[in-house]
Amino acid sequence: MSGTALARGALALAVVFTVAGAATGHAFLDRAEPRVGGRVRTAPAQVTLWFTERLEPAYSRLQVMNEAGLRVDKDDGGVVGDGRQLRISLTTVPPGTYRVAWRVLSVDTHVTEGDFTFRVAP
Amino acid sequence: MRRLITLALSLLVLTLVTSPAGAHGLAGKRFFPSTLAIDDPFVSDELTLPNILHIKRPASGDEPATRETEISGELSKRITRFFGISLEGELVHLDPDHAPSKTGFGNLEIGLKWQAFTSAEHEALVSLGLGWEVGGTGRKATEAQSFDVVTPSVFFGKGFGDLPDSLWILKPLALTGVAGLAIPTRSRTRTVTVEGDEVEEEIERHPHVLQWGFALEYSLPYLTSFVRDVGLPSFFRRLIPLVEVELQTPLDRGQGGHTTGTVNPGIIWAGRVFQVGVEAVVPINERTGKNVGVRAILHFFLDDLFPTSFGRPLFGK
Repeated sequence: MSGTALARGALALAVVFTVAGAATGHAFLDRAEPRVGGRVRTAPAQVTLWFTERLEPAYSRLQVMNEAGLRVDKDDGGVVGDGRQLRISLTTVPPGTYRVAWRVLSVDTHVTEGDFTFRVAP
Repeated sequence: MRRLITLALSLLVLTLVTSPAGAHGLAGKRFFPSTLAIDDPFVSDELTLPNILHIKRPASGDEPATRETEISGELSKRITRFFGISLEGELVHLDPDHAPSKTGFGNLEIGLKWQAFTSAEHEALVSLGLGWEVGGTGRKATEAQSFDVVTPSVFFGKGFGDLPDSLWILKPLALTGVAGLAIPTRSRTRTVTVEGDEVEEEIERHPHVLQWGFALEYSLPYLTSFVRDVGLPSFFRRLIPLVEVELQTPLDRGQGGHTTGTVNPGIIWAGRVFQVGVEAVVPINERTGKNVGVRAILHFFLDDLFPTSFGRPLFGK
């Protein structure tokens, strides 16, 4: 088998696998509002996360905590929009640093988790 | 003694059953990409095809300087969540100065790996592995050895996401590494050449070799998803610049301490179901060579491509 034949085979595999995998993958965080590590001047009413894959609503959750580790969300989080967004409402929060923690199950059955902070500073 | 064995087996079973999932090179929120030059510290369902290396090797003894191209592939498959097997093969093309070129397969390599420790909180992994280069399965003319080489190894991976927030810029860093001892099953090879009345005997000694290396990575996906969204365009959010150092140190049989190796700066782009990567291959000393080579890979995440079939462990979840 020549190197050219191997390279052609790999290219064919790439095309087949890419097409086959078009609807799957781990759900990684694509972006968030408020932004990851960002600063907002006024307290946000909600936190929204956008993921790279569609999520299983029953097994995807989100929490927001203050610096003391106490929850400041309204525990109404859920999957919204096109199935790739996770949103939760916040109570009225004072200036400070808040931690957003999430754990989600993508529709291809993979679990991913993570957390980040944002700051409210007028 | 029997109690100790029972305890060890119980701990092993407990670890296999209760530890958090480690597929796809994940430890907590840390995604470790598959590196190009050194082995990964995790077990996975993944396919590398191809991994291409091109470099010019220096002249050595009677051997002329040679341009070498390797095209290899590796399939990794989880048997259980934390125990996997891998198969690797390569096609080698040697193009020596002032001599005809040669092409042939290298020896088949079989690997077993047990991901013994995973800490989601500290983004850490430790694995134990055993590699077996099956002698005589490749072509001798392209330098495939006729004897087996067995390599027990220890692997590790550590993300720095647990650094204090004041060091936020360093949190996307991760270090992976490997140290293994390549044990040849033959200590020397004796070659006798008869030309007319002259008989020439050549003895090649095969030392034990410490194979070690590490990869230092800076993950832009980690930076933008968990530390600080700095507004990078979509393409750049998936880039992972890295430097790999791959070293071999013979330990005995007249070659002790003659370390060779390469430093490989490069970049990986990790997509949803595959990643691509390219690196320069820079020799660390004249013994290794003087010319810079290049390495590139295309790597597929089979657990994402086939999540309900081939991408799952054969046993367990």
